[in-house]
Amino acid sequence: MAIKLYDYSLSGSCYKVRLLLGFLDLEYERHPIGFYPEREHRTETFRAINPLGQIPVLEDDGIRLRDAQAILCHLANKYDMSGLWLPRAPELYGLVMMWLMFAGGELMAASAARLHDLLGYDLDIETARRNAHAAFRILDDHLTRREIEGGTWIVGDHPTIADVACFPYTALSNDGGIGLEDYPALRNWLRSFMHLPKFDAMSGISEFA
Amino acid sequence: MAVTTDRAALNEWIACGWPEKVVPGGKYRTVLLGQEIEVRRTGVSSFEVFECDGHGELSRSLPVQAKYCCIFTTLGEPIRPLPKIPEFDEADRRITGCGSVGVHTSPFRIIENFLDMAHFSFVHTDILGAPERTEVLAYKTEHRKDVDEIWAIDCQFYQPAASKASKGGQMTHYAYRVMSPFSVMLYKNVFDDPTRNDAICLFVQPIDETECLAYMPLAIVDRESALTSIIDFQQTIFAQDRVILENQRPALLPLDPTIELPTRADASSIAFRRWLKAKNFQFGVYEKKAA
Ligand SMILES: N[C@@H](CCC(=O)N[C@@H](CS)C(=O)NCC(=O)O)C(=O)O
Ligand SMILES: [Fe+2]
Repeated sequence: MAIKLYDYSLSGSCYKVRLLLGFLDLEYERHPIGFYPEREHRTETFRAINPLGQIPVLEDDGIRLRDAQAILCHLANKYDMSGLWLPRAPELYGLVMMWLMFAGGELMAASAARLHDLLGYDLDIETARRNAHAAFRILDDHLTRREIEGGTWIVGDHPTIADVACFPYTALSNDGGIGLEDYPALRNWLRSFMHLPKFDAMSGISEFA
Repeated sequence: MAVTTDRAALNEWIACGWPEKVVPGGKYRTVLLGQEIEVRRTGVSSFEVFECDGHGELSRSLPVQAKYCCIFTTLGEPIRPLPKIPEFDEADRRITGCGSVGVHTSPFRIIENFLDMAHFSFVHTDILGAPERTEVLAYKTEHRKDVDEIWAIDCQFYQPAASKASKGGQMTHYAYRVMSPFSVMLYKNVFDDPTRNDAICLFVQPIDETECLAYMPLAIVDRESALTSIIDFQQTIFAQDRVILENQRPALLPLDPTIELPTRADASSIAFRRWLKAKNFQFGVYEKKAA
């Protein structure tokens, strides 16, 4: 049965899922949601699909999943025969999960800043930007340590779903008026990610990162 | 933030929202040329707009018109009516706005980028331009004095996916129309049908000189695509432009060719800048500091 993604082109969270579907060469049916200005994700019809009123949602063989990070785990677990995108080795697995939670948690402050600047969401932009900077600082420090160890990726020697989950809102930070001047390791990592085979850019990602 | 004193800017109709932004009976505040205003939806299609004074109290009532999927007002005495865009009355068109998108730059950078075909292959790669077909063929620009509009006609550009309806590449024929310093539109021929045009508008609400909201009302000939997909396509394109726009320096538009030289392909940009200069625009314009 086909994979179906409830998707919106300008959503960074949906982009996480589109990226992994691309890396894994998976065919899928795209169901566009009128996120803006229609706010279709807040309608009764869509809440029947995801009571949280959020995208992405993925359907695969009778399973319906919300939350980009959960979806990445599902896809990697089921379809990545190499095991590289979701390593099961005890010294890697927990770390991948940890950075996945970070992508769905602290890093989402950058998403809030973007929704404010791009789509006019009414929220405290100073707080959003400050929290995004704090998250970028943490990721940049981590990637600096990884560089010193000779590593490129957030965990291990191969990109994982942790990289996939952290990439969109970092690469889209400019959309929310957040510069990455102070995060050199973050910029190196973004550049490496954009050079991955099958990488597909989305609108708003600047090539001069 | 101070209200501009530039009469040329004050005396234009400017978009300040779209009807569905607010429910009937609802209201919202926004800023126009540095002036805070309150927009009220008093009925399904009736609106009121007020200026707010320095204490946030409503003061003057402003003229208002709802048309082309937008709400328009003016802070001055308009020197021209809203433009006539008959495509929005054609029964078989798909008519929609795309909400508003915030852009940190001068309103004129946004208008100028919309007129520019040279960026298609680089910014909208594989959609509005192909990397190997970057050439902008010669086209004509004219100042239509009866309506005081700038037109660029006989434009064409090779496009891999000209619209949501496209099923392959085509040489797209364009006409561009600058209807006011804050509003521009284009006509481009529909995929596989040289006799019909899609009409795509870009109305800019300048909050201040370097912060804007962009509205993109569409009147599209496309029987098949869902409205959601048509909006999604337009927003995807504009989000690509937005990155470029926000990185342009200076953000204000230089009208003096010794500061920033438009290239030869930019005939429409040259015409647009001359036209702004002739209007003696100060708002949103880069002034060379005296040495
Ligand atoms: N935890 C969710 C959050 C996703 C999310 O924030 N999605 C946004 C679009 S990018 C959304 O649907 N927002 C609507 C809302 O929160 O009301 C995930 O990671 O997938
Ligand atoms: Fe563009």
